[in-house]
Amino acid sequence: MTSQFTSVFWDIYIGAITLVSIVACAVFLKVQSVRKPVEADTTGHIWDEDLQEYNNPMPRWWAWLFYLTVFFSLGYLVFYPGLGSFAGILGWSQVTQLEEETRAADARFGPIYEKFAAQEVTVVAKSPEALAIGQKLFLNHCAQCHASDGAGSRGFPNLTDMDWLWGSTPEAIKTSITEGRLGVMPPWGPALGEQGVKDAAHYVMSLSGMPADNVRAARGKDLFDKTCMACHGPQGKGNPAMGAPDLTDKAWLHGSSEAQIIETISKGRTDQMPAHKDVLSPAKIHLLSAYVYSLSRSGAVAPHRK
Amino acid sequence: MAQPSLTVVNKNKTIHEAYPPAPAATGNATVIETELYAADEKIYPRAVGGWFAVWRWLLVWATQIAFYGGAWLTWNGRQAVLFDIAHRKFYIFGLVFWPQDIIYLAVLLIIAALSLFLFTAVAGRLWCGYACPQTVYTEIFMWIERVIEGDRVKRMKLDRAPRSPRKLLLKSAKHAIWILLSLWTGFTFVGYFTPIRELSGEVMSVFTWVGGGLAPTLGPWETFWCLFYGFATYGNAGWMREQVCIYMCPYARFQSAMFDRDTLIITYDADRGEPRGARAKSVDRAARGLGDCVDCSICVQVCPTGIDIRDGLQYQCIGCAACIDGCDHVMDRMGYPRGLIRYSTQNALERKFTRAQMLAHTFRTRVLVYTGIVWAVIIAAAIGLYVRVPLKVDVIRDRAAISREVEGGDIENVYQLQIINTSERGRVFDIEAVGLPTMRLDGETHVELPGTGSRLVPLSVRVHVGPGAVASGTHRIEFLVHAHDDPAVFVRETSIFIVR
Repeated sequence: MTSQFTSVFWDIYIGAITLVSIVACAVFLKVQSVRKPVEADTTGHIWDEDLQEYNNPMPRWWAWLFYLTVFFSLGYLVFYPGLGSFAGILGWSQVTQLEEETRAADARFGPIYEKFAAQEVTVVAKSPEALAIGQKLFLNHCAQCHASDGAGSRGFPNLTDMDWLWGSTPEAIKTSITEGRLGVMPPWGPALGEQGVKDAAHYVMSLSGMPADNVRAARGKDLFDKTCMACHGPQGKGNPAMGAPDLTDKAWLHGSSEAQIIETISKGRTDQMPAHKDVLSPAKIHLLSAYVYSLSRSGAVAPHRK
Repeated sequence: MAQPSLTVVNKNKTIHEAYPPAPAATGNATVIETELYAADEKIYPRAVGGWFAVWRWLLVWATQIAFYGGAWLTWNGRQAVLFDIAHRKFYIFGLVFWPQDIIYLAVLLIIAALSLFLFTAVAGRLWCGYACPQTVYTEIFMWIERVIEGDRVKRMKLDRAPRSPRKLLLKSAKHAIWILLSLWTGFTFVGYFTPIRELSGEVMSVFTWVGGGLAPTLGPWETFWCLFYGFATYGNAGWMREQVCIYMCPYARFQSAMFDRDTLIITYDADRGEPRGARAKSVDRAARGLGDCVDCSICVQVCPTGIDIRDGLQYQCIGCAACIDGCDHVMDRMGYPRGLIRYSTQNALERKFTRAQMLAHTFRTRVLVYTGIVWAVIIAAAIGLYVRVPLKVDVIRDRAAISREVEGGDIENVYQLQIINTSERGRVFDIEAVGLPTMRLDGETHVELPGTGSRLVPLSVRVHVGPGAVASGTHRIEFLVHAHDDPAVFVRETSIFIVR
């Protein structure tokens, strides 16, 4: 079933208009190359009251240039797409050109990535050449959230410290980049009530040595053991299997003030790291993993930060 | 094609002669069909020697020695003049220009344009007549043509002659030499963009073994551009010649806007020359009522654009002064004073200026203003080049971490510094940040860069916030980057620090 937009009629229609126009140009050129002057032979324009221009003939090679454009157009239509759905004998299209350029780039840069893909992440992380490439990949694909130095900002983890939500091994980093991560903290406000949330917050603050209300913290511990421990563990050390953060250190993804902790507990948090397996080749992800790995280890090119 | 050897038939005579206005339309006007595109009539300029021809040849030598030879000079272990488009670095002797230095190209073009205005206001189409590549290469090609085929009359005779082995030999020799010179020109031109020594090696070896087969050594694009510029030289200087000036060159058409009545132009002194007429040297011209023009048509025969200067100033005139040289020679032989055709001005002719008066009119407002502007731009460019620091710094504020809180409640902002060492030797650069109390710069603050190297350096700046320290809001800070070995190589770049 052909709709009026996919009917072959339009191919023929466009092709015919194109060819007729080109032929008409040639005919027009031929017919118009003689003139019939009956009055004083000027171009007919008058400037500044009495200034006229004589209509001198152009050199003949100029006319040849016009005919040349006609032949060029016909040649173009043979080699390149232009006549309806005829693809041209070269078979050129934007897509084939892109594919060709991608193939050329892969052939040129592929071996460099393959060389590093064959090495362990920990080895690649020590190669200045790999880290220079890794930095460029990082700036293109990661710095939008994790910042150009990899230290993140609120809601986006710092990759330069040793506090890892999903594990610090090369494999864990690679999985985070390839598959992405979804970290969900459910909202506890309705279940705990306003005072309960505040108690829990003070207990959490005491875990990392921050000043806290001892009475509230003591009450909060009971709440913590009932509700939070499942994910954050009995000592609040977190659980990399589900991305539950360690609450005893000084790294706070969503802020360490009382108000911020209360907000986190009562409303919950949902943080997503998108998957990159469709964006980057495995070899590039390997190199990127090494760069990220290097950010928090000694011998890195990027500055260290606690 | 065929032309009588002495009578000059020329489509570019004055418009009135070539196309007399048709009679006013009467009841039954005759309709005449004419071609809109006229066949090109070949011009056979006659060889000419003299003061101005010498000047033109001097400029041919000067420009061509600079062009063909300049590409082979070396400086500091590299090609002295090289426009390396692939690496976006442009070397001119001791200077290295980067794309960021585009202002200098703009200034160069401004100087070139203003100089053109100035020279044109003073002495008309000086550029066209003496230095334009179209004139210079046409001059060289015509010289080759003259050596092989002979001067004007011989060339016309040869073109009229039927096919013969001699004609074939002469024509092939001429074109062979033209093509060789053109290819060398194309090669030299490309040599300013691809190192010419590598290029010549590639051209010499012609083919190399690649994967078991012979492949051309010269890359496809180099080959294309060598042939392209070669073809342009051959076509323009060998075949197109005056057609380029008359039909293609835009400058030829707008320069009349820069002429005034005191501009030196090539003029025929009609008061002195008319009535023209042939006569023997012994004839007393006053008694015969003749002017100084002996109507020998030498001025027309030597003209590279085929016009008759005696018809007055015409747009085709490129100001080459060949007719002056030709006419002076005839005047000498006739024993008449030189200068029947000469550089003069409209005012000088009409108001009978002396030479001194005419030259005094050179110093008029238009010329002085052009001169002033040209020198102002040249001096500004020279100062700009002199104080130019071989270091470029660009501060890029991080867009992800606008203002992040770090341990201890400090606020941190993140920056990337693009540091470009535009000098040709390796250097270490020290980076500092100033502008806020309790400021601390973290990251690689000593950066080593090779000659013409660049690096993106991530840095973070940390401050204490709160009462007595840095307040909330936007603050201006500065990054100072200076070369370790030379405090004069120093750049100060402003950025902002945000405290949330």
